[in-house]
Amino acid sequence: MSAISLAGTAGTAERAQPRRARWYRQPALLAGAVLLAIILFMVIGAPLVTSYNPDTQNLNATLQGISGQHWLGTDQEGRDTFTRLLYGGRTDLQIAFLAVLFPFVLGTILGSLAGYFGGWVDIIIMRLVDIVVAFPFFVLIIALVFVLGPGPRSIYIAITLVGWVSYARIIRGEILVAKRQEYVLAAQSGGLSNLRIMARHLLPNVITQAIIYAMSDIVQDILAIVTLSYLGLGIQPPTPDWGTMISDGQNFLTTHWQLTTIPGIAVIITGLALSLIGDGLADLLRPGQS
Amino acid sequence: MSERGVPGQAMLEVDDLRVQIATRRGIVRAVDGVSLEVEAGEAVGLVGESGSGKSMTLRAILGVLPPEATITSGRVVLDGADLVELPRAQLNKIRGPKIAMIFQEPMSALNPVMRVGPQIAEGPQVHLGMNRARAAERAVELMRRVGIPDPERRFRSYPHEFSGGMRQRVMIAIALSCDPELILCDEPTTALDVTIQDQILRLLARLCRESNTSLVFVTHDLPVVAQVCRQLAVMYAGQIVERGTVQDVLTRPCHPYTLGLVRSAPDVDHVRASLVPIPGAPPSLVHPPAGCRFHPRCKFAEEDCTVTDPRLRMIDAHRSTACLHFERCLDELRTEGADR
Amino acid sequence: MTTPAATTDPRMTDPALPLLDARDISVSFSLGSAIVARLRHEEHVLHAVDGVDMVIQRGEALALVGESGSGKSTLARALSGLQRPDRGEIRLDGKVLPARRSRADQRKIQMVFQDPYSSLNPRLTVGGMLHELLRVHRVVPRGEVESYTRELLGLVGLTEEAVHAYPRQFSGGQRQRVAIARALALRPELLVADEPVSALDVSVQATILNLLQDLRAELSLTLLLISHNLAVVRHLCDRIAVMYLGRIIEVGPTETLFASPRHPYTQGLLAAIPRMTFTADGDAPAVRGDPPSPLRIPGGCRFRTRCPIAQPICAQEDPALTSSGDPAHAAACHFAFTAAVPAPRQPADEAGAVAETE
Repeated sequence: MSAISLAGTAGTAERAQPRRARWYRQPALLAGAVLLAIILFMVIGAPLVTSYNPDTQNLNATLQGISGQHWLGTDQEGRDTFTRLLYGGRTDLQIAFLAVLFPFVLGTILGSLAGYFGGWVDIIIMRLVDIVVAFPFFVLIIALVFVLGPGPRSIYIAITLVGWVSYARIIRGEILVAKRQEYVLAAQSGGLSNLRIMARHLLPNVITQAIIYAMSDIVQDILAIVTLSYLGLGIQPPTPDWGTMISDGQNFLTTHWQLTTIPGIAVIITGLALSLIGDGLADLLRPGQS
Repeated sequence: MSERGVPGQAMLEVDDLRVQIATRRGIVRAVDGVSLEVEAGEAVGLVGESGSGKSMTLRAILGVLPPEATITSGRVVLDGADLVELPRAQLNKIRGPKIAMIFQEPMSALNPVMRVGPQIAEGPQVHLGMNRARAAERAVELMRRVGIPDPERRFRSYPHEFSGGMRQRVMIAIALSCDPELILCDEPTTALDVTIQDQILRLLARLCRESNTSLVFVTHDLPVVAQVCRQLAVMYAGQIVERGTVQDVLTRPCHPYTLGLVRSAPDVDHVRASLVPIPGAPPSLVHPPAGCRFHPRCKFAEEDCTVTDPRLRMIDAHRSTACLHFERCLDELRTEGADR
Repeated sequence: MTTPAATTDPRMTDPALPLLDARDISVSFSLGSAIVARLRHEEHVLHAVDGVDMVIQRGEALALVGESGSGKSTLARALSGLQRPDRGEIRLDGKVLPARRSRADQRKIQMVFQDPYSSLNPRLTVGGMLHELLRVHRVVPRGEVESYTRELLGLVGLTEEAVHAYPRQFSGGQRQRVAIARALALRPELLVADEPVSALDVSVQATILNLLQDLRAELSLTLLLISHNLAVVRHLCDRIAVMYLGRIIEVGPTETLFASPRHPYTQGLLAAIPRMTFTADGDAPAVRGDPPSPLRIPGGCRFRTRCPIAQPICAQEDPALTSSGDPAHAAACHFAFTAAVPAPRQPADEAGAVAETE
């Protein structure tokens, strides 16, 4: 009998388990959430924050520095950098959030099937996983987008085809453990169908690990999108996007370093916010408290 | 057989021990004023359900409490020295040669990546100054004594190669390795099958008799304690509520909780029409009830039970109880006996 | 009901038909690599249950007793439809149950599990869980689901508040009550309870045991109790079947078994139970040695490696369950009912007996 079981008896007359910690008491989660909220507000509310149009060129005011009119200056075609930053963020973040969803769903489904049924289903799915995992993530994404042609649609397809494996592994592992729990046996004993057991009984208990992973996956996807755009394979101009901004600004690195650096910093800050949220969630949702 | 202590004088004396655990809900008074004496060669049983504080008491005696638990007051006197006050270095010299402990789960109490023989030999090497060869000899000797077959060969086995019962024997060998005066047993047979439990209990009883080693045996299982111990202390909500010989306490309980325990457990020798459970649930150890901690569940409770926190007091030569109205228990038994 | 089908329904024709009739049930698990196992002279197939016959009469309480490795839990799961046996036939009410049970058949045998902390889905409220079962099986018409749920909870001694509560808000004893309510929700014919009180405190065990007893009386429930605790078994059950290494080695009415056990293992098991009275009856344990590994089951009688009266015949012939006089009491030992029982051997030391394996 350890201290933990004693602490459990302490609070109430029955041996109830401790309640979940308040989410706003987790510093990482709170900081990340606040930061992300600010970013999202700025990005979604871009028309409110800036009056410029990201595509409008003003060849009389190219490569200007920070000023009252242009808070972050202008680029080589006279477009307001701050505006481009915000609209670029819109593009990138929108694609990233959606791009995380498809692998999540696909991976969860395949992982559940593999974990729950085992046998041939498991073997086939795991071999698929092995094949995909054999290739480095970026290499495969770049190759796929190259083949499919540039643009957001290809990005979604590529990320889905490559990204589902991590979710599948995570969910499969969790299900392998969870299906041995007696409440699953009880559900089977109660004559419930396999589909119902997987969807209603197992999945809610194991999905948290996938959600936690999704947080770090979004960061990876943002990087992938930015990289692809930087290479010219992703978002095509004139649509604003951080990757193309970094790429375009390269030429002026020595004279106007802010053109490249500022979008880079934006990527970092966004990634930081999402990582903090991921860490905070991981602490909060650690198994044993749920 | 070594000379142990002074006959008649307690070898181990626990005096008003209190242990608190800091939790999110508040301070848990896990052990709240426990006093105990163990004589040389005596086997004392400490019985209670989960949350009673029996395991914490053992750990406090040996000083192996979890980090969030602290001894807030009381003394643990072994051969004249107060263990609570001792610094870690001194305490380490006592753990092993003077006090040893046997745990419930042998798989987690034995080091899984170390062979069994060296684990047994470690104590004598460190505490008794034996060299490797001599300590290994002693380990083999001990393995034979505890009934492990083919000990020379099994010396080099890993814990996972043994069955549950055999691992428990290994733990007993480790406990005996430095010939301690006192062995603390924390539910050592709870995880074992009945037939294996029977073997281990008899082994323990025999070994302690042979070497005049004292035992403090913690369990929640009343009949088990009857197999090994002569003295019994019953714990509830961090306190000892009754003490006496095993026979006396189990046949004539002088505390409503003990009475409740005895009547709620099915007796293999005597089938009753229905069992009498103890109503209610164990109290919060953060805010225990005022007065006697058992009163909310006690059918003999009176006004004074809600006011004074009764302490153990002697009601006979070797009998003590913390119940203010213990005679009710005896009356109850008498009427029950008359009905049968 | 006077349709022609009525006369072919076994229940109508034979009132003495047992509720459950299982024949030659075997369950085995294949472990790891066959090659490695051969190198170790082990089977690589674990025969958890090896040819078990079991009959349960309607309304009785049968106990399945054994230690770890006996196969009792596996057998219980096979009977409940949670584990597919390799061999054997299970008849419920005279009708053979197929390997893949229909939903209607699955309802009839329900199980209560040992660990109250993992047998309830932490994400579902008690009400949610019960409603799901009731709806899927259409136990009662839609409008009555709520009231039936309350009734069920009342049956096991829980209040209406339980409906909206999550398992984590309950104590161990209360959770077992919820588990029992769940098992009863589908109105099963047989309730299989796998060590229902082992994980509970002593004082709480009593409430659950009393509850099971009351339910038996109120609902005329047939009960199969799996337990290693013979005190609980004696309190609750009419008949006992003792298992050792996958076989039933003795079966009979409770009091008969306690009064005159015929198999040496049963005798040892009963003698090993700790009792409230201090018995200074020597250091010799009731049963010597360790049980053999289920992967290396001894040939002939399985128990001979630990048996105090083992003879040469025990290594040659595997004894079948036989009875004499009272057909309800059977034991699988060559000397179970003979007048000339061999004298028990005294081992040189405790360890000596353990060394005898194959």
